[in-house]
Amino acid sequence: MTEAIGGGSSAAAAPAGAPPTPEPVADERLANISLWVRLLRRPEVGSLLGALVICAFFWLNTDSFGTLSGIANWTDVASTLGIMAVAVALLMIGGEFDLSAGVMTGTTGLLLGLLTTEWGFSMWPAIVVTFAFAALVGFINGYMVIKTKLPSFIVTLATFFVFQGLNLGVTKAVTDTVRVAGLGDVPGYDSASKVFSNTFWSPHNFRLSVVWWIVIAAIATWVLARTRAGNWIFAVGGDANAARNVGVPVARVKIALFMTTAMAAALVGIMIALRLASVQAGQGVGEEFTYIIAAVVGGCLLTGGYGSAIGASLGALIVGMAFIGIQFSGWNTDWRFLFLGVILLLAVLVNNLVRHRAEGARR
Amino acid sequence: MTATAEQTPLLEVRGVSKFFGNVIALKDISLGVKAGEVTCVLGDNGAGKSSFIKILAGVHQHDEGQFLVEGDEVRFKSPREARERGIATVFQDLATVPLMSVWRNFFLGSEPTVGKGPVKRIDVKQAQGVMRDEMRKMGIDVRDPDQPVGTLSGGERQAVSIARAVYFGAKVLILDEPTSALGVKQSGVVLRYVVQARDRGLGVIFITHNPHHAYPVGDRFVVLNRGKLLGDWRKGEIGRDELVKMMSGGAELDQLTHELERQLDAAEAG
Repeated sequence: MTEAIGGGSSAAAAPAGAPPTPEPVADERLANISLWVRLLRRPEVGSLLGALVICAFFWLNTDSFGTLSGIANWTDVASTLGIMAVAVALLMIGGEFDLSAGVMTGTTGLLLGLLTTEWGFSMWPAIVVTFAFAALVGFINGYMVIKTKLPSFIVTLATFFVFQGLNLGVTKAVTDTVRVAGLGDVPGYDSASKVFSNTFWSPHNFRLSVVWWIVIAAIATWVLARTRAGNWIFAVGGDANAARNVGVPVARVKIALFMTTAMAAALVGIMIALRLASVQAGQGVGEEFTYIIAAVVGGCLLTGGYGSAIGASLGALIVGMAFIGIQFSGWNTDWRFLFLGVILLLAVLVNNLVRHRAEGARR
Repeated sequence: MTATAEQTPLLEVRGVSKFFGNVIALKDISLGVKAGEVTCVLGDNGAGKSSFIKILAGVHQHDEGQFLVEGDEVRFKSPREARERGIATVFQDLATVPLMSVWRNFFLGSEPTVGKGPVKRIDVKQAQGVMRDEMRKMGIDVRDPDQPVGTLSGGERQAVSIARAVYFGAKVLILDEPTSALGVKQSGVVLRYVVQARDRGLGVIFITHNPHHAYPVGDRFVVLNRGKLLGDWRKGEIGRDELVKMMSGGAELDQLTHELERQLDAAEAG
């Protein structure tokens, strides 16, 4: 029977064993997986180092960066960014983009504002409607991507512009200005603020959004690492065909990710609207790229299938620290764009290396 | 090997045809697959091999004839239905997700869970343990379950797919050109897995265009040519060289050899 195998003695480097009871042979090339290798395999390593370096830099070079009030300041910037970056990271791991994620924070904020100040809703029902609207938009985004098989980049670019136009057009038509104001007088504003936008720990005034961010990042991390849904997200982004062949509902997973992203945008939109008690029609435009940068800095591959929620959070933290650090240092805040460009470039270079290592060293 | 001569075939097709518009992809194919046997389906490119396995795998439906699984007539609407009846197909390049770890790939789509409701989660310990055991049975020791599948060799990746199919209760294992992208050594390794699957009582359908890979492991050889069944032999009934000839349409290859030799002669003379 052993004769039945072609080239019987050719298995020197391969696992050996006669068919009936194969004897496993340890592959010496896998013998020792050092802690170092395990660490480097994590997608968020680069962003953790980056975050530490940037934190140390501004901590040493400015007076207020390291104070509790300073920390409250940059965690605030990082938090709304981070909530979005986590959702965008999940979507990117699932192999898709959402360029409408930024403008959706404006659209949902404006919707909340118009519902409450113009159309007679009180705050909580308006919040429910806003989330439902976001879920619908996310569904439409996902459905179009699945049905047309076009790159999500193009589909959501279209949604982006549609909403940018709607935001300005509808706001001007209804209010005759480019903002919706007066949310502070709406019944339910105070209780909603207590949930979404107030501060805690005075006098430093940390924002509640920081707590939301940490909770969302923790849930997303757990989902990715420990649930079937998480497994499926990696699979649809890594190789949608392979996933489909083993029975993963690819379309459902992707649509759910688009819905998650849009609803995260609604959460952020509501937070910002409540915080300022008003919404600008241009709110959120351009932010989508910051989310993607945060996710990529956190180790997400642009090609999908790889990344982490913690990484995306660290990416958001880096961006938040840099924005506030640049301010505290007294530099012109326009420099932040240069900074974003540089860290993005560094991150994709590092990610590329990581992927080569993980994906096909021995093809 | 156990006596399998009299049992009902695990899978059988009788006079199956498939048309794509006015193109006849398959015409009147009959074949039975028994437990503990390797059936090799050979054919050149365009012979109808992929249309044939796609019918068996539930990707396409046949237009004529009968398709029986363990004696029941079936008509699969999706690969999932085929899988539920115990027919597992390992597609050549579409079997695993390279960036995901071995154990995640192994259980992808059928993850074992613990807990209920919102805390329902993958039973990672169990998944890793089962994966290790199953891979060990194939003769592979996976030291690090978190190793991405992409870092495995091509043969080992096939092994992951095969082990997965076997573990999830496949009775019939369809391997689509498992050796075509592999080197000589790795092909040998995969052939070993084919034999192992057979010895564990599966009916194996091994699709290939390489008779040298088919001949050592096959119990039965079926040759397709231009959508038709050219022949069906048991192991002792046909030699390796004849098989090669049948696959390429016999006479055509002789003709080609003849022509090439003449050209070479002419070149030497000139």
